[in-house]
Amino acid sequence: MTTSSTTSDPSVSAEADPHAGTLGKLAGRFGDGVFTTSRFRDNLRLHVSPARLFELLSSLRDDCGFAFLAELGGTDFLGYPGWSRARFQVHYVLRDLERNERLTVLAGVDEPRPALPSATPLWEGANWMEREVYDMYGIEFRGHPDLRRILMPEEFAAFPLRKDYPLRGRGERHNFTRLTRGES
Amino acid sequence: MALTPTSGPTSASDSNAAPARPSTSSSIATFSPSDPPVPENTILTSLDAVVNWCRKNSLWPMPFATACCGIELMAVGASRFDIARFGAEVMRFSPRQCDLMIVAGRVAMKMMPVLQRIWLQMPEPKWCISMGACASTGGVFDTYAVVQGFDRFMPVDVYIPGCPPRPEQILRAVMDLQTKIQRGGSLNGTALPEMLDHEQLAASARALTARVSVAERGREERFGYRLPGGPGLVGVDETR
Repeated sequence: MTTSSTTSDPSVSAEADPHAGTLGKLAGRFGDGVFTTSRFRDNLRLHVSPARLFELLSSLRDDCGFAFLAELGGTDFLGYPGWSRARFQVHYVLRDLERNERLTVLAGVDEPRPALPSATPLWEGANWMEREVYDMYGIEFRGHPDLRRILMPEEFAAFPLRKDYPLRGRGERHNFTRLTRGES
Repeated sequence: MALTPTSGPTSASDSNAAPARPSTSSSIATFSPSDPPVPENTILTSLDAVVNWCRKNSLWPMPFATACCGIELMAVGASRFDIARFGAEVMRFSPRQCDLMIVAGRVAMKMMPVLQRIWLQMPEPKWCISMGACASTGGVFDTYAVVQGFDRFMPVDVYIPGCPPRPEQILRAVMDLQTKIQRGGSLNGTALPEMLDHEQLAASARALTARVSVAERGREERFGYRLPGGPGLVGVDETR
């Protein structure tokens, strides 16, 4: 999840927080209770519920200047030691290219039928990334214009990056016709 | 020119020496002293042997290179190793013009139908080399996306081990294939007799063990595919 390359920087203090402006704007817009924050080194993460995710993302894009969706991906925390939140987590790495600010929005979704609002109305680039998350984890993105598998074949029915997918499964590899020397 | 046909009724004779070889016991090609002498520079052999000899020294490879094995394959085609010494230098990128498929590299699940289609597009007679660990067994890529040895779905004549194989091994495989072509096959097709036998054996073994594996493998759906023929009927011999 850590996307920053810098190590702990003594200049990052409460006074010189690069995210202070963003957090101030968000606090004015949303108040308390919509998202929580956590930090790792100089990374800021916003944890938000799926119900308010789209609202937060559009506010970040329109009001706070995060015009670029750098990364969108998923994580499966099934069986993760000490994990008490939702099983799946989808992360949106946003960048403000003018002020060189980066933050991560995290949204947890749980079974059955994990679903999130699609970010394609905000960033066109989310299209294929959401398709990949759907392909690998089975998280639906409501409002996506073309939610199909992007990597696996169309007829594939499972989600291979889920932690309960069998590592040594072999059944999925045998759905081809078998050409023999006599036939071909 | 040295022809050594190993199958079929053959005989070699010369005008002044080398009587018929003792192995020619067939009644088709025997000579008596009353026969007219065979002129010089004449070789008697079977048509199959001549055709096989021509085929084995003029292989046109179809390089199906998907990974690092393809780099070694290029090295074999270059001057240092020079596959032209074996008459197989004419790489063509249209399957319609090739008769030797060299699968070099891992075959992903989505690539397998493509590979099969290319194989079907190649004209007879045709042969196939499975080059490297990934093509033969899946190699280190024991994942949901990689075919664990494409020989389960296509005929293969020669396997090359290695990750990737040395160019010398590829030359060795071409030589082995040449031996195989010379030994088997006929004018009308490639079908090596032992290969047909092996495929029949494999088919009967699959039919026998299909029922056993249903209990062994459990629910098929958890692997991802809805199997069209019902559970446990596809690919049972691979799970052993």
